[in-house]
Amino acid sequence: MNLPAIGAIYKFEMARTWRTILQSIVSPVVSTSLYFVVFGAAIGSRISQVEGVSYGTFIVPGLVMLSVLTQSIANASFGIYFPKFIGTIYEILSAPISHFEIVLGYVGAAATKSIILGLIILATASLFVPLHIHHPVWMLTFLVLTAVTFSLFGFIIGIWADGFEKLQMIPMLVVTPLTFLGGSFYSVNMLPPTWRSIALLNPVVYLISGFRWSFYEIADVDVVVSIGMTLTFLAICLAIVWWIFKTGYRLKR
Amino acid sequence: MTPVISVSGLSKTYASGFTALKRIDLDIHRGEIFALLGPNGAGKTTLISIICGIANPSTGKVAVGGHDIISDYRAARAMIGLVPQELHTDSFESVWATVSFSRGLFGKPKNPALIEKILKDLSLWDKKDSKIITLSGGMKRRVMIAKALAHEPQVLFLDEPTAGVDVELRKGMWDVVRELRAAGVTIILTTHYIEEAEEMADRVGVINRGEIVLVEDKANLMQKLGKKRLTLYLQNKIDAVPDSLSAYHLVLSEDGWRLSYDYDTKGERTGITSLLGDLRTAGIRFADLETEQSSLEDIFVSLVQQ
Repeated sequence: MNLPAIGAIYKFEMARTWRTILQSIVSPVVSTSLYFVVFGAAIGSRISQVEGVSYGTFIVPGLVMLSVLTQSIANASFGIYFPKFIGTIYEILSAPISHFEIVLGYVGAAATKSIILGLIILATASLFVPLHIHHPVWMLTFLVLTAVTFSLFGFIIGIWADGFEKLQMIPMLVVTPLTFLGGSFYSVNMLPPTWRSIALLNPVVYLISGFRWSFYEIADVDVVVSIGMTLTFLAICLAIVWWIFKTGYRLKR
Repeated sequence: MTPVISVSGLSKTYASGFTALKRIDLDIHRGEIFALLGPNGAGKTTLISIICGIANPSTGKVAVGGHDIISDYRAARAMIGLVPQELHTDSFESVWATVSFSRGLFGKPKNPALIEKILKDLSLWDKKDSKIITLSGGMKRRVMIAKALAHEPQVLFLDEPTAGVDVELRKGMWDVVRELRAAGVTIILTTHYIEEAEEMADRVGVINRGEIVLVEDKANLMQKLGKKRLTLYLQNKIDAVPDSLSAYHLVLSEDGWRLSYDYDTKGERTGITSLLGDLRTAGIRFADLETEQSSLEDIFVSLVQQ
């Protein structure tokens, strides 16, 4: 294991976060607060309780997940895309470092950032509504698993993308809709039966449901199913990353 | 002595179907400066990229210090420092941070004293806290060299290291290269400036259309392929070369004051003695004479044009 190398990539990526603190931390916190004010306070005050919790409280886990998902993808995809774009990837490829170690460095840093971000958003939310977390350990487990999984997914997008447009495309056209439709702002059980069945095809539903369960013990689907789905998605991403490095896809000529 | 880099049967065909390298065999000796010459698109960068792990070989094997570049890539790559042709830098990093990053990436523990020495040797010390984006092209080039040296490589690849670097800096750079060689580092360089190869290299390899056309000791090469030219400065102007001297294929300068004669240093007879005798017979007297050896550039051009 080339620990100094993993550390070098990790530190490099984290340094980028502090350099771009406005973009990396402040802007997601501001936008989440806006969601909170609009959906939680303004609209939410007119909505009755959802499954026994006030609407404002209900949407907190979904909002955290929304940010963690999009920021994990954004951080990790940009982290690996940018060296490819400016050419500094040559150094990573020529270094005595295994593919696994490269992934650990990049994905580890991206996931760290989103976990920190998720916790900051939670802290922000607690200023607006009373929060009680029933299962803190499970909450953290879901947070970490989601951050790692979607950082891996972002890493894949960053390698696949050969232009800035593609880099934005998947997050904008696939991930954001899936997150909005994944029950960030409502319970899937509120949907008519047909739509509920369709919603259950959305993997994000399981993430948000499980995460919400760790807060309030209310869930759209069984929490075991949530964990299973999260781990499945993690395994799929790992398999794709393994294939990318094995073939050198979009990395080596 | 075992070669520090051993390339055997190496081919590279890109996905587009373009064959960049055709069964290359090449040994690089430990501690030498090897100059790889070739026109644009000859395969120089492809060859370097494969050895360094940036491109995948199609067929063939490469070993660095006895370590296969695929099965034993950690040991092989740890020995190599690479300065690519293009200026790829992280604009917003400081010089110090980017050079330290390189050392860490190659798995070496921190060593600020070494990095300080490298930056001082490359005249970058006063820029250590500057962001790379604020540096000139020549400085960025030296930052890339510093990055390649940060992990104390035993083999250094310099792909067109002096492109876009002014004359003075270029000299400084070559001083660093000489110092490295004195410390036992093997250096492989590609360059467009053939006079640099001529001045620096111990051996020269010429690559053309993906094939190694020639690998020679530089001195031998210059001697073997070198043509010499004898120029005679005449005492009196002549209008034409006398017929009696036609066998020598002399060339008369336009102003009629100089005669030049090309001869092969490989040949058993250079023909100079008889030429001088025949000149005397023809009544042509000369005031001075001069011989010059063809440069590596002439040799290179003649090889590549074949």
